[in-house]
Amino acid sequence: MLLVPPVAAFLVVYVGALVALFISAFWQVDAFTGKIVHNWTFENFSDILDWSGPYLRIAGRTIGIAAAVTVLDAILAFPLAYYLARVAKPKTRTLLLIAVLLPLWSSYLVRIYAWRTILGHDGALNWTLNKIGLPDVNLLYTNWGMLIVFTYIWLPFMVIPVYAALERVPDNFLEASADLGAKGWRTFRSVLLPLALPGIIAGSIFTFSLTLGDFITPLLIGSGKNQFIGNVVESYIGVNANIPFAAAFATIPVLVMAVYLLIARRLGAFEAL
Amino acid sequence: MIETKGARIGLRIWTIAVVLFLWIPILTILVYAFNKSNIQSWPITSWTTHWFSAAWNDPDVRSSLWLSLKCGLIATGIALVLGSMISFAISRFKFFGRESVTFLLLLPIALPGIITGMALNSFYVFAGVPFSIWSIVIGHATFCVVVVYNNMLARLRRTSPSIVEASQDLGADGWQTFRFVLWPTIATALVSGGLLAFALSFDEVIVTTFTAGAQTTLPIWILDQLRQGQNLPVVNAVIFAVILLTIIPVLVSVRLTRDTGVIRRR
Repeated sequence: MLLVPPVAAFLVVYVGALVALFISAFWQVDAFTGKIVHNWTFENFSDILDWSGPYLRIAGRTIGIAAAVTVLDAILAFPLAYYLARVAKPKTRTLLLIAVLLPLWSSYLVRIYAWRTILGHDGALNWTLNKIGLPDVNLLYTNWGMLIVFTYIWLPFMVIPVYAALERVPDNFLEASADLGAKGWRTFRSVLLPLALPGIIAGSIFTFSLTLGDFITPLLIGSGKNQFIGNVVESYIGVNANIPFAAAFATIPVLVMAVYLLIARRLGAFEAL
Repeated sequence: MIETKGARIGLRIWTIAVVLFLWIPILTILVYAFNKSNIQSWPITSWTTHWFSAAWNDPDVRSSLWLSLKCGLIATGIALVLGSMISFAISRFKFFGRESVTFLLLLPIALPGIITGMALNSFYVFAGVPFSIWSIVIGHATFCVVVVYNNMLARLRRTSPSIVEASQDLGADGWQTFRFVLWPTIATALVSGGLLAFALSFDEVIVTTFTAGAQTTLPIWILDQLRQGQNLPVVNAVIFAVILLTIIPVLVSVRLTRDTGVIRRR
């Protein structure tokens, strides 16, 4: 009984809003008055799916970079998580976990801005490169720059579940594998990796979903030429006031995430969360 | 230990490199707060603490800071009440729809923030709710509740329900059981969940852009300045303060939940 009022409130506000949003994706905005008219139409969706329009490219860029970020984060996180779970002494482990977790909680906007100053033409990166005799690179306002920054801001979300998965692997599994004659690499590939996979998938849910929905990084690190789904959606909510179109475009990340979550559940990632 | 010595050294170097990668940008931006120049270039040649007083005396910074603090406190309060009530119910009772409740709670963090923001925005527009501090607070509460809930659930799962029964068997009334048995076991989890919720709310920007209307919270103020490339030295000083304000609660929270959080002693 304790639970009824809060859950009811949550249901009404949040789920109600979500449903209203996706219904509005099938409405239109009157070109003259700017008011929403309740005509049922698929026009918003056909605009998005038009090959000659900009929207499919934007969606492709968003999904592509989100996938690349996920792969990069997994590569960066795995050895670190392994070190944390199986090599580090308890004291070092605690310190390292704090070192990994703190950036996650410190302001996300600030961390993106920090990269903007670092990647800028007169920034710390080019200064360092020049010091060691390398030429300038211009990563600010490029897809590469966004890839670096996204990989950076979501990295802790990958480290934690992979660490949790690796920590649960019993030592004697690895010993058994060695006793059966498996070399280090074979043990890694046939024993450790399959057991860590749910953790990696769990982490990838965060890195992938958070990149799909972001618009601050493209705003500060990207440019008008390499927008994300989030930027288009934000501009149609704010400046251009076309909520139906924004809602329709926002269904793309939601659908992608839904499919992804279904696959993740098949692979057993939910137990690793 | 099945790793070779070489592999262990490699892992150590990799770990150090990744931790440096995580921290160098944060340290860099902290240093920029003391940059005397208006131009954000590296290396910094002259130093000052002037921008801190400039930031403190800036009326826009003050009003947005005040709004952020209020939102953070109210959202945290709501999250503490709802989050702990739900975690109690989930951990103690089996009831119809239990799985769907946990799923619903996870939605605001599983869905991209922009979806939550848009959904709330169109809800406000359709329902005719004016943008106010409450429209921001509701947005923040959606994800703050989850944080408190997760923290509390982890603690409750580790405390045996039989301690409550034992207390009642020994003749304690409801209040005494709560005060002397339940409260000591959950207090630190509650405080730590609250601190994390506050830290999250204090620097939330994506959901807030959609639920604030014309109001400016501190992160929105920072974003506006960055978009226009204005007042960057003042922004740097504000950021210095924001980093400390969010990191300190988290450090305290980590200490409080050492045995139930991600970081636990074995």
